[in-house]
Amino acid sequence: MAMAAANGAKGFEVPELDIKFTKLFINGQFVDAASGKTFETRDPRTGEVIAKIAEGDKADIDLAVKAAREAFDNGPWPRMPGCARARIMHRFADLVDQHVEELAALDTVDAGKLFLMGKMMDIPGGANLLRYYAGAADKIHGETLKMARPLHGYTLKEPVGVVGHIVPWNYPTTMFFFKVSPALAAGCTMVVKPAEQTPLSALFYAHLAKEAGIPDGVLNVVPGFGPTAGAAMASHMDVDKISFTGSTEVGRLVMQAAAMSNLKPVSLELGGKSPVIVFDDADVDMAVNLVNMATYMNKGEICVAGTRIYVQEGIYDAFVKKSVELAKKSVVGDPFNPNVHQGPQVDKDQYEKVLKYIDVGKSEGATLLTGGKPCSDKGYYIEPTIFTNVTDDMAIAQEEIFGPVMALMKFKTVEEVIQKANSTRYGLAAGVVTKNIDTMNTVSRSVRSGVVWVNCYFAFDPDAPFGGCKMSGFGKDMGTDALEKYLHTKTVVTPLYNTPWL
Amino acid sequence: MVARRAASSFLSRRGLLLPRPPADSLLRADSARRSLPGAVYRFSTAPAATADEEPIKPPVEVKYTQLLINGNFVDAASGRTFPTVDPRTGEVIARVAEGDAEDIDRAVAAARRAFDEGPWPRMTAYERCRVLLRFADLMERHNDEIAALESWDGGKPLEQSAGGEVPMAARCMRYYAGWADKIHGMVVPADGPHHVQVLREPIGVAGQIIPWNFPLLMFAWKVGPALACGNAVVLKTAEQTPLSALYVASLLHEAGLPDGVLNVVPGFGPTAGAALCSHMGVDKLAFTGSTGTGKIILELAARSNLKPVTLELGGKSPFIVMDDADVDQAVELAHRALFFNQGQCCCAGSRTFVHESVYDEFVEKSKARAQRRVVGDPFKKGVEQGPQIDGQQFKKILGYVKSGVDSGATLVTGGERVGSRGFYIQPTVFADVEDEMKIAQEEIFGPIQSILKFREVGEVVRRANATQYGLAAGVFTRSLDTANAVARALRVGTVWVNCYDVFDAAIPFGGYKMSGVGREKGAYSLGNYLQTKAVVAPLRDPAWL
Repeated sequence: MAMAAANGAKGFEVPELDIKFTKLFINGQFVDAASGKTFETRDPRTGEVIAKIAEGDKADIDLAVKAAREAFDNGPWPRMPGCARARIMHRFADLVDQHVEELAALDTVDAGKLFLMGKMMDIPGGANLLRYYAGAADKIHGETLKMARPLHGYTLKEPVGVVGHIVPWNYPTTMFFFKVSPALAAGCTMVVKPAEQTPLSALFYAHLAKEAGIPDGVLNVVPGFGPTAGAAMASHMDVDKISFTGSTEVGRLVMQAAAMSNLKPVSLELGGKSPVIVFDDADVDMAVNLVNMATYMNKGEICVAGTRIYVQEGIYDAFVKKSVELAKKSVVGDPFNPNVHQGPQVDKDQYEKVLKYIDVGKSEGATLLTGGKPCSDKGYYIEPTIFTNVTDDMAIAQEEIFGPVMALMKFKTVEEVIQKANSTRYGLAAGVVTKNIDTMNTVSRSVRSGVVWVNCYFAFDPDAPFGGCKMSGFGKDMGTDALEKYLHTKTVVTPLYNTPWL
Repeated sequence: MVARRAASSFLSRRGLLLPRPPADSLLRADSARRSLPGAVYRFSTAPAATADEEPIKPPVEVKYTQLLINGNFVDAASGRTFPTVDPRTGEVIARVAEGDAEDIDRAVAAARRAFDEGPWPRMTAYERCRVLLRFADLMERHNDEIAALESWDGGKPLEQSAGGEVPMAARCMRYYAGWADKIHGMVVPADGPHHVQVLREPIGVAGQIIPWNFPLLMFAWKVGPALACGNAVVLKTAEQTPLSALYVASLLHEAGLPDGVLNVVPGFGPTAGAALCSHMGVDKLAFTGSTGTGKIILELAARSNLKPVTLELGGKSPFIVMDDADVDQAVELAHRALFFNQGQCCCAGSRTFVHESVYDEFVEKSKARAQRRVVGDPFKKGVEQGPQIDGQQFKKILGYVKSGVDSGATLVTGGERVGSRGFYIQPTVFADVEDEMKIAQEEIFGPIQSILKFREVGEVVRRANATQYGLAAGVFTRSLDTANAVARALRVGTVWVNCYDVFDAAIPFGGYKMSGVGREKGAYSLGNYLQTKAVVAPLRDPAWL
């Protein structure tokens, strides 16, 4: 693979960044943490500090929840009609679009994400999600019921109340809007805790939300760490719902805290070890490209990354050869450089973790075909890496690496590959590459995952629900399903007298 | 020409709908009246009608008077035009290109191409959504011009057009914009190893015929869901009110609608309307108008290609006031339910049933309210009631007044024309109306309130249902049980309980019986513009069924 020169290279511009928002956003105001403490957010291109951010802790979560509680219990947001919330959300979306360059740059310096992808996908995608749910805000229907006795019954879909959202660092913008958009549409108020690695864009969105006219207290953003701010939110008695995206390990803690406090419902989008299954009848070049994207997109820092690649024996050798060639062509470097395919891992911890897994793979006996090394002496860049001769019991086939590491495996039959694909505690996503309709239908019903992409990958869409099964979590983001997370159903029943029909 | 107009008005006369007045509209009207004493006409105190004053010049130019076909404004193939008339004076506002069968052919061909080969059904639903949202923004930006056209052409108060109908039309478009990317088919369980999916596909080319009483809102109700679902449209406007549709259709193109997706052909029912209904290239019809014309449309659809038809037709909607109702509120809402839009509403509460224990009080207060109603130039501030749409309606309504008197109903107030020019009629109230009287049976479509007396719930439900119509009803009561029982017992498409004319975009609207077929607005209208396709394939070794 080519290593593009890091920061300061010729041929592309790194935009001047003025970090405007570094404080907690509570009740419509940017405020310091109650403790006065701050933490550093770093640029993964260099490891240098970008800004010091107010560090939210329990006292700040208390204030934010109080503001959200007041905004829900007595404020205008849940009391205005869905179409009025929609108008404000549309304005919010327009403001996001107007600031696309600045927002994309924030996610790039904060998370090492490709600037061009941010401008083309992440940021406009966030605005689109807002618009999608703006369009849903006036379409939340209860039902009138068919009762077995002379009773009139109907359901009300009520906003669930104060929502706590805990957002990860790999897609700071996308995940922010995955969570915030349907909750806003439903009429909830909320506290968002962005990841400590990537607080910058979330604070900017808080500012834009206020500018768009979202009332104070409806959307609060408290950057901070999991064990402090996150734990306080998950165990808060006045939070009615927790929505979390992150690791399976932390998901368990969130659910535990919810159970030990007020039994708030929880939705969890957790880790994955998603299989991509390539059948003999696939077009090899297309499959190689698809798998390359599935594994290396966003430097492999994506919960649905295709990390277990099962290739049928008839095309296995050709597939391996071409995959290595393609991985070697990948350009790793400064994510502001439009010619770069892969930026740095998000931080030192992740960088070291990925390199450790590469060592484990080697020591477990997998064959390292390409990559496997850091590719810069500054920042957290890692080469696109491919292992073959991987067996299902190896750590690199079982555990989520969250880095640019592909594990290639060979299979013979449909039955065998279904069994292998399902031999994981995860169940987030799966890819299938085949031209055969029977294979497609059989595999897509047999794989235990929340989404199956056939002859495509990462086919996310605002209307398509997304979320895992097994230890990849439960509850859906996106689509009309996501609205359900932020609503509860109240049944109202009253007797009927002299009714002409039942 | 006279005969043709008569017949054509039969084909595209009626409409429906009454927007909910803005929350403060009553207050605003009151304050306007207080601040402008004598500036507008109240018929009981100022019989020298200001309706005879020089009409206010509408603050708008008529820009579009041609047919809109395939993205271009063009003359009719015949070169003919017809006049559209200012109902305040009977004078011609503009001459408009008169669409006929050949123009409908051209419009359908353009719509066909736009659907069969064009980008509209092929672009993403999100992109369609953005076009409709931009259109709604443009309508808001041009609110005052559109409202002025609507009031000029239709005689409705400018405050009502500007504050109610244009915003409601924009709201309707936004509502359906939001549906565009949420149109779901089901994946269906099979009895054996089969994978079954339902695709909701756009139906194709929709022919839509809209009435003159709410031209812009009817445009939105029909065009909104049709476009959101990815269809192409040929819209025929009423000959009385072609102007606002042409104007907003141009805005829709400015918003990015591809050529040919929406074609607007003003014209008459027996010619353009009939050609559209009989056309073999039209996949769907939606009509709002009279029951008589609805029958003709259904027949033309049956005789041509069996295209499915949605009909929103006439009504004789009961407004029922129980003895426990808040009388003052009921009087005010019964008044608005009938007189709104000069009484030209298909869901007008035109049979006011009042419990005997409050009947006399109700009649007295209704009379007083009708006499306070401000009739005058619709462009004047504070005016509640403008002229009727045209001379034909005007004469018909006065005929019904005579019929009411002749049949023995008590004329409590009104009954005369206002002024000597244009089509203004006094707010009129009849008491002691009996079920068999013509004014209690037929749709008058004018400012004539008929108040009937009843004794008990079972009786009023039976009488309320004793009509060929079944569009809407109002029930006024504080009793939960009465409200529930009556709401279920009335055979109507909408029951408003302690309110009337609430017309949110999400609320389905349509009639039982001879008030129509199908529902518009809400999620229900999407089904009018979608085909349902089941796709079935065998499953080999399915993991579950």
